[in-house]
Amino acid sequence: MKRFLIPLAIFLVLVGFLAIGLKLDPREVPSPLIGKPAADFKLALLSDPAKQLSPADLRGKVWLLNVWASWCVSCRQEHPVLLDLSRQGIVPIYGMDYKDQPGDAQAVLNQYGNPYVETVVDLDGRAGINYGVYGVPETYVIDKNGIIRYKFTGPVTPESLYKKILPLVKELQK
Amino acid sequence: MIPELGQFSLILALLLALVQSILPLAGAARNIPAWMSVARPAARAQFLFVAIAFGCLAYSFLTNDFSVLNVTQHSFSRLPPIYRFAATWGSHEGSLLLWTLILGLWTMAVTLFSRHLPDDMVARVIGVMGLVSFGLLLFMITTSNPFVRMLPAAMDGSDLNPMLQDPGMVAHPPILYMGYVGFSVAFAFAMAALISGKLDASWARWSRPWTTAAWAFLTLGIMMGSWWAYYELGWGGWWFWDPTENASLMPWLVGTALIHSLAVTEKRGSFKAWTVFLAIGAFSLSLLGTFLVRSGVLSSVHSFATDPARGLFILAFLAVVIGGSLLLFAFRASQVGLGGRFALVSRESFLMANNILLLTATGSVLLGTLYPLFLDALDLGKISVGPPYFNAVFVPLVTPLLFLIGVGPLARWKQAKVPELASRLKWGFAASLIVALLLPLTLGAWKPLVSLGYLLALWIVVTVAIGVQGRLRTTTAWSANFYGMNLAHLGVAVTVIGITMVSSYETERNVRMNEGDTVTLKNYTFIFKGAKDHDGPNYQASRGTLEVSRNGRHVTTLYPEKRTYLASGMPFTESAIDYGFTRDLYVALGEPLGGGAWSVRLFHKPFVVWIWIGAVLMAMGGVLAITDRRYRITSRKKERGAA
Repeated sequence: MKRFLIPLAIFLVLVGFLAIGLKLDPREVPSPLIGKPAADFKLALLSDPAKQLSPADLRGKVWLLNVWASWCVSCRQEHPVLLDLSRQGIVPIYGMDYKDQPGDAQAVLNQYGNPYVETVVDLDGRAGINYGVYGVPETYVIDKNGIIRYKFTGPVTPESLYKKILPLVKELQK
Repeated sequence: MIPELGQFSLILALLLALVQSILPLAGAARNIPAWMSVARPAARAQFLFVAIAFGCLAYSFLTNDFSVLNVTQHSFSRLPPIYRFAATWGSHEGSLLLWTLILGLWTMAVTLFSRHLPDDMVARVIGVMGLVSFGLLLFMITTSNPFVRMLPAAMDGSDLNPMLQDPGMVAHPPILYMGYVGFSVAFAFAMAALISGKLDASWARWSRPWTTAAWAFLTLGIMMGSWWAYYELGWGGWWFWDPTENASLMPWLVGTALIHSLAVTEKRGSFKAWTVFLAIGAFSLSLLGTFLVRSGVLSSVHSFATDPARGLFILAFLAVVIGGSLLLFAFRASQVGLGGRFALVSRESFLMANNILLLTATGSVLLGTLYPLFLDALDLGKISVGPPYFNAVFVPLVTPLLFLIGVGPLARWKQAKVPELASRLKWGFAASLIVALLLPLTLGAWKPLVSLGYLLALWIVVTVAIGVQGRLRTTTAWSANFYGMNLAHLGVAVTVIGITMVSSYETERNVRMNEGDTVTLKNYTFIFKGAKDHDGPNYQASRGTLEVSRNGRHVTTLYPEKRTYLASGMPFTESAIDYGFTRDLYVALGEPLGGGAWSVRLFHKPFVVWIWIGAVLMAMGGVLAITDRRYRITSRKKERGAA
């Protein structure tokens, strides 16, 4: 009878893994764009549509690109974490307002606070596509040479910020 | 009012499912005919109420009832009616309801086509199916109610996912589910046999047509999914090793193994415990597939919104159904005696090799699908296993399997003589080998994998011909089973040729095209005539026009589109394809590059439709095999003889 129990045993191990799997986040998959130069864009600023910003302007410093939108509920969740980070002044955060109405986005920042040095407006999401955005929010770490070093999908949590993003930022700032 | 009716019907169906499982199972255990006879009417009533619930949901979608949350989230007032109907199963809740409806449909079929079976067998089969249905209905009612109201009602819906707004999507899920859920019949037969302890050849004969029917549906369902991915995703691929595709491939592989092992159990009485195990496995993998897709454990293009409570429920359901059946298997299978003996070279041993290869292939797909999850659970980092892994593992496993298709059907049961087999097959093998080595030269570059693919495909064709000729020499009597098998095997050969050709000789160009630009691809000249605005019922599109000509003669005009759906604002690529028997021309619009220029993807895909034609032939072979008289007349005769 023992050998007939083998399938059951294998299945129980599988159930164990699936149970753990339920708690994990499968969306945090490495992006193929890591190690590649950050795609170029030239987009209007949310604060002043007459001015434009491009990644080339940020050469020489390590920065975070946070893709967000006023319609995105999870972005509200990460908002306080980003605000906290911006107060510490460790690394500049640039926002990309993805497929959104500038008025709505500005209203969110007025109401909840603005963690971004600047936010660019990606009205039709074309710049976002070049970054492989497949969900909002997403956060990219970009180094002094304009290379994407890390991509985080989903709302930034304090844990991921202090365990992954900030150690990497400090490493890159050296 | 209508959604509430649907909700009540679901609750009634839940209670009926309970009656349908408990009374007949208890009745069969205690031999109380009155309890056993509840099985059929309870199953039919359960199906009726699930069908009413489904009808109510479909009605809510068709009439744009935006006070129903599910409708608001997955429909849109300007969605064409056919897609509003298909949207009924476009959501997590709706697809579960469809699953349950189809389970009811199969149970209904069992109640109708089981008159020749013993009463306790029927009671147990329907009882087990009732238990599965009970679990699904409980899941739906507690965590995924499709009829939840939203007050106040929304003005309009947020539209169905554009990827699902396609004729293929209207038919693909129901057919795929017919396959998935169809294995529940084989599973219920296996459970009934285990519970009663009567694991004999008649059990195998009863479940054979059901298994083959489910397998044929699953084959068609996978084929439609692959074809849909090909024309709808705009990437030109036909198989992506996406977790959802793997979830449908695994039950198919085990189901294929089951069909073959059932043949041995029926004809020779061997492989009994093994066949039961495969029947459990095929349905378990169907359930696992549902879990993987619905729970969000793995990321996939197909995943719906994830909810941990749902994942936990499905996992618990899975643990009870699969764990319980495997436990029963462990207790009962050890009591099953061995069947007829067979020699090392015999049809049995070839079919055993077939089973081992198919199970190994299933195991490697399962491992590749779950490997990222295992690593993640053990905190070893996050990875995704891609096509390189699957291709590297699959080709070496499928090669001997395809070779066996040629030998197995020609070998005798019990003991085959090697010299006899060799003398029947040597010329066929030599001819296939020579043609396979030379044919790629005429197609351009000689590639080892092309020769291998052709060798295996030709080998199957030649051996099918030898088998049919051999049979015709002894008898001209019609055997649906025999010819069905050969048709399905020919289908495999056709699919292999399609895969070989398209993966070795496909040509792709990614170009920037201005109005009037031309691109030449394998003798075909594409002229870009620019893109114009074009409005659909619920989207706006830029529609490109490409004139295709060959050697100066007009072939066709293709209209690829780049759509933006109004409600969701989602951009979407609608490719344009000129289908052909020996080649497809495939065009997809990329991005507008300003000044009327577009980035355009062009493909020349040789023999790609053969992949799907082969799958249709396989399914047709299955359908043909079911019509075999043996399954009806002789089984009834034997029943009378026994009684």
